[in-house]
Amino acid sequence: MTELSGADILIEALCDLGVEVVFGYPGGAVLPIYDALFRSGRIKHILVRHEQAATHAAEGYARSTGKPGVVLVTSGPGATNAITGITDALMDSIPMVVITGQVPTALIGTDAFQEADTVGITRHCSKHNYLVKDPAKLGATIHEAFYIATSGRPGPVVIDIPKDVQVATARYAKPGPIRHKTYRPQVKADQPSIEAAMDMLAAAERPVLYTGGGIINAGPAASQLLCELARISGAPVTSTLMGLGAYPATGPQWLGMLGMHGTYEANMVMNKADLVVCLGARFDDRVTGRLDAFSPHSRKIHVDIDRSSINKNVRVDLPIVADVGHALEDMVRVFKARRHPKPDLRAWWTMIEEWRDKRSLAFTDLPSDIMPQRAIRALWEATHKRNPIITTEVGQHQMWAAQHFGFEAPNKWLTSGGLGTMGYGLPAAIGAQVGNPKALVIDIAGEASIQMNIQELGTASQYRLPVKIFILNNEYMGMVRQWQELTYSSRYSESYSDALPDFVKLGEAYGWKGIRIQTMGELDDGIAAMLDYDGPVIVDCRVAKLANCFPMIPSGAAHTEMLLQASEVSGEMDDEAKALV
Amino acid sequence: MHITQAKETRHTLAVMVDNEPGILARIAGLFTARGYNIESLTVSDVTADKAVSRITIVTSASDATMEQILAQLDRLIPVHSVTDLTALGPHVERELALLKVSGVGDHRIEALRLADVYRARVVDATTTSFVFEVTGGREKIDTFVTLMREVGLCEVARTGIVAMARGAKAV
Repeated sequence: MTELSGADILIEALCDLGVEVVFGYPGGAVLPIYDALFRSGRIKHILVRHEQAATHAAEGYARSTGKPGVVLVTSGPGATNAITGITDALMDSIPMVVITGQVPTALIGTDAFQEADTVGITRHCSKHNYLVKDPAKLGATIHEAFYIATSGRPGPVVIDIPKDVQVATARYAKPGPIRHKTYRPQVKADQPSIEAAMDMLAAAERPVLYTGGGIINAGPAASQLLCELARISGAPVTSTLMGLGAYPATGPQWLGMLGMHGTYEANMVMNKADLVVCLGARFDDRVTGRLDAFSPHSRKIHVDIDRSSINKNVRVDLPIVADVGHALEDMVRVFKARRHPKPDLRAWWTMIEEWRDKRSLAFTDLPSDIMPQRAIRALWEATHKRNPIITTEVGQHQMWAAQHFGFEAPNKWLTSGGLGTMGYGLPAAIGAQVGNPKALVIDIAGEASIQMNIQELGTASQYRLPVKIFILNNEYMGMVRQWQELTYSSRYSESYSDALPDFVKLGEAYGWKGIRIQTMGELDDGIAAMLDYDGPVIVDCRVAKLANCFPMIPSGAAHTEMLLQASEVSGEMDDEAKALV
Repeated sequence: MHITQAKETRHTLAVMVDNEPGILARIAGLFTARGYNIESLTVSDVTADKAVSRITIVTSASDATMEQILAQLDRLIPVHSVTDLTALGPHVERELALLKVSGVGDHRIEALRLADVYRARVVDATTTSFVFEVTGGREKIDTFVTLMREVGLCEVARTGIVAMARGAKAV
C-alpha cells in the first residue's frame, strides 16, 4: 500500500465517510488540505466570508439534512472565529466536524504566527477534540470523530491538524465499524422503564407530551412515532423551540410552543398536568420558568440520551436513558401490546379548550403599520404549501416566527436555541440551501441580527443559492428593548438600531434582488415578488416599531404568571428578577 | 440582593480515564466550567500497559450537584468509569506528606518524638534539619503539620488523597 500525505488521508477519509460538502475558508495552516481538495475534486467546498458563518452553514446543512456538517478553517483566527458556531452546535446538539489547521508541531507553544491553542480553547465548547501529531493516526481519528459527532447526543468534534502532519505521509485504510473503548451511548431503553412509563401514561388523567430537539435529531421516523404515541394516548403535545415540527402544527393535539414565549394553553397544561412525558428535551430555563413552581402537580418521565440531562434542573420520577426514537418505538409497541384503552381525557381537554379560548397569540392589526406577527402569518400563507425551510436570527422575530409560522414536518426549522446566536440565520440558510437545492429556504431576520453575518450575502451570490432573507425591521434590538421596558422603566440603553444600511441597495450591491415593504397594502405583493424571483432576495419589511412579543413569562416567574399583552408590562423589577437571565 | 449557598457534603471519587494528553485539563476544566469544587486531585497510571490512569478527586457538593458531577464526568469521551467511593460505603483514604523541620537543640528532640508518635519516618537529616515522611488520613496529616509548626516546620509537600473501597470488589 502506498503512503498518502496527511492532507490526502483527510480527503480520502472524508470521501469514505460520505462527505459531499465542506464549508470553509483557506489560510496558511491549511494550504496542504486545500491543495488536496483541489486535486481530488470529489468534495464540494463552499467558501464563506467569515469562519463563524462556516460553522453556522454546517449547522444549517446538518439540521436540514440529518447529515453531519463539516467545517474546514485555518489555525489561529480561523479557529477562534469558529468558536461561536462550535459552541452553538454543542448547545443545540448538532452533529458537526470541524477541521482546523495548526502550526507545525515543532512550532506549537512558541507563539508562532497564527498560532492559537485550539484544543485548549475548544475543549469545553466541543463534544470532543483531537490534536493529531502522527499522520498514521489521522485516518482513524477522522472516522472516530464522525462517529462521536453523530452518535449518542450529537455535537461538534474538533480535529486540529498541524501543517507538517498534513504534509507527512502514512498509510491509510478505511476502518471497519467503530467500537469505541470508552464511549458507548445507551441507545435502547431498558424494557421495564418503558412499560412503567406506558402504564403511567395510560393511567394519567392530565398527561402532556413535552418534546424537544432530540426528536428531530432522532430522525423523521421519530416524529412519526411521536404522532402515533399522541394518537393512541390522546395526550396534548407541546414542544420546545428546538423541537418544532416534530408534531405538526395543524395536528389536533398541538398546543404550540411552551416556555417563556410559549402559548397560554401550553404553559397552563404544564402547570396543571399530573404526568409530564419529556421526550428529547432538557428542562431548559426558558422552558421551566421559576423552578419551584414548574409543573408542581405532575409526575415526570424524562427520556434523554444524555444521562447528565436527567435531574439537572428538574427532579424526575422516571428517568429513561435512550435514543428518543428507539424509546418512542418501544413506547408505541408496549402501549399497544398491553392493550391499554385510549384514556378518557375529555375533562382534561375541556380545560385545555378553555385555555385555548384565551387566544394568547392574538394581536391587533394596525391600519397602516404592519404588525410583525401579521408579516409572519402572511409569509406562512404564501409559502407553507411549498414546505419551506425557515431559519432565524435571534430576538423578537425568532419568537414570532416560532409562534406564528406553523411547522408541519421535522428538519424545516433551523434556529439557534441554546446559545441564542445572532447572525445564525443567514449562514444557516446558506447551508440548508446547499443541502436542499430545490427547497425554498427563508431566513426570517431582524435588522440588527442580520448585520452580524451580513457578509454572507456574497457566499449566496457566488454559489447562486436562491435563499430569501425576510427582515422584520423595527429599528430596534427588539428583545433587548422589550426587556428594558419590562425591567428598566423603558430606559433604552443602546437598543436602537441607528445608522441602518439601505438593505435593498445593500442586497443589490451583492447581486441580490432587494424589496422593501412598508405598508399593509404592500405585504402580500412584496412576498409574492420575493417568491417569484429565481435567485436570492432580501426583503426589508418595515414593521410596527414598538410591538412586543407575548405571551411572556418574565424571568423568575411561574408558568401561571404569564403576561398576555403589553398593558400588563410594568416598569421596574427588583434585584432578584434583574439578576436572572 | 444576597446570594445563598446550598449545603454541601464531601465526596471522594475514583475516575478511570484513558492516559492521553489533555485528560487532566478535561477533568479539571469540567470542574471550573460548571462551577464545581476540587479539594484534592491526584492522578497516576495504574495498568501494566500504562494506558489507563486513575484520578482521585475530593469534592464538596450538594446532593443534586453531586449527581451532576458524576454524570458530567461520565460523559467525557475518554472516561472509562466514575465511582463515588463515599456513596459506595467504607473506603480507605490515604495521603503522603513530606515535612521539612529546621532547628537545633530541644526543637530537634521534640520533632523526633512527635514523628515517632505519628509514625513518620526520617528520610533526610542534617545537623540543622529533618525531612519527615508521613502517611495517613487527611486529619492525621493536618494534625501532624500543625504540631510540627511549633518545632520549626519550614516546608510542606502533600500528595493529595488516594482512596480505595474496602472489601474484595474492585471498581
